Amino acid sequence: MSLFSKIEETLVCLKAGRVTLPYPAEARPVPEKFRGRPIFDASKCIGCAGCANNCPSREILVFDVCQEIRILKYLGRRCTYCGRCADVCPEKAITMSHEFENATNNIGDLQQKLEIFMSTCQRCGRCFDEPSVMEKLKMTGYRFDELENDRWVFRSRAYLENEPPEGDIKIELD
Amino acid sequence: MLKNLCQKMFGRSLWVYHANSGGCNGCDIEVLNVLTPYYDVERFGIKLVGSPRHADVMLCQGPAMRATATALRRAYEAMPSPKLVFAIGSCACGGGIWHDSYSVLGPVEKVVPVNYYIPGCPPRPEAIIYGVAVALGIVDKKTAPVEFKQAEFPIPRYHPDELHREKDMIVYERQEKV
Repeated sequence: MSLFSKIEETLVCLKAGRVTLPYPAEARPVPEKFRGRPIFDASKCIGCAGCANNCPSREILVFDVCQEIRILKYLGRRCTYCGRCADVCPEKAITMSHEFENATNNIGDLQQKLEIFMSTCQRCGRCFDEPSVMEKLKMTGYRFDELENDRWVFRSRAYLENEPPEGDIKIELD
Repeated sequence: MLKNLCQKMFGRSLWVYHANSGGCNGCDIEVLNVLTPYYDVERFGIKLVGSPRHADVMLCQGPAMRATATALRRAYEAMPSPKLVFAIGSCACGGGIWHDSYSVLGPVEKVVPVNYYIPGCPPRPEAIIYGVAVALGIVDKKTAPVEFKQAEFPIPRYHPDELHREKDMIVYERQEKV
C-alpha cells in the first residue's frame, strides 16, 4: 500500500517536470496590469499637485520656490505603488511602469524631481483664478523686477506673510 | 568598495534570517515564495535559518514599531559580525503608509543600519532575488535619481519698446518664447 502511494507520488512529480524559473538569466514577463515604479513625465505635468493631495503615504511633496517655479518631488521610499497618483492626474503625466527591479544601496536613488514652470499672466501675475480679483490686486509687494538679469520674478504668497509691505504696484493700462 | 568587500565576505552561501517587526505578512509571504521550487534560491546557496546567531543576512520586514524596536535591535546584535541587513518592502524602507501612526517609529534604519533597500508593497519575488544579486555584485543597480526641468531661467522679458508699426499692423520684433 505504502509502495503504491510512493509510486503515485513519483508519477505526480514526474508529470510536473521542472518548474524552477531561470530568473536572473532571463526575466519572466510581468502581468499586464502590474503597477511598478511611477514615471513622471515633466513635459505633460501642469503642476496641479493632485497627486500630492491624493498620495496615501504622503510621498509626493510640492514646494513653491517663486510664483513661476514649482518643485514636485517624488521620494519613493514608502511608496506603495497604489497608482492613485496616475488615476487622479488630469494630463496623464504619471504612468505606472513595469519596473520592479529597484533594489539599491542608497534610498535617495528612488527619488524623482520635477521643476515645473507655472506660466503666469503677464499683467497680473496669477496662475489660477482667485476667489476675488480685487482682493488679489490689493496685495502689496506682489511682483518685483530683476533688471540685471532682464526678467520678472513673481513672489509667492509664502514669502509675503512675514515681510513688510512694499509700495503698491501700479498696473499700466493701454 | 562595499561591493568588493561583499563579494569577498559573502562569496559562499548566504544564510538568511527573516525578522518581521510589525509588517502585514505580505512581505513574509513573498520571501517564502522565493524559497519555493519556482524561484529556488537554494541553487545560489541561500538558506533560511531560524536563529539570528546562524545568519549572515537579516531580512527586515515591517516598520520599526515601538513595541518591537528593542527586539529587532537585539536580533541584529546577536548576528555574527560580517552581516548585511536588507530592508524589504516599503514599510521597512520608509515607514509604510502608516508612518505617522503613534506606534510606528519609522523606517527600519532608525533602529538597525540598513545596507540594501528593496522597495515594493510587497516586492515581487524577482525583485528580492534581484536585490540579493545586487548585493553579491552579480548585476548593477538600475535606479538613479531623476531630475526634470520644464524651463530654463532667465526667462526673457516682454519689451514694449520693441513694438513698432508696420503698415496696418503692430509688429513685435523679439520673437523669443517667454
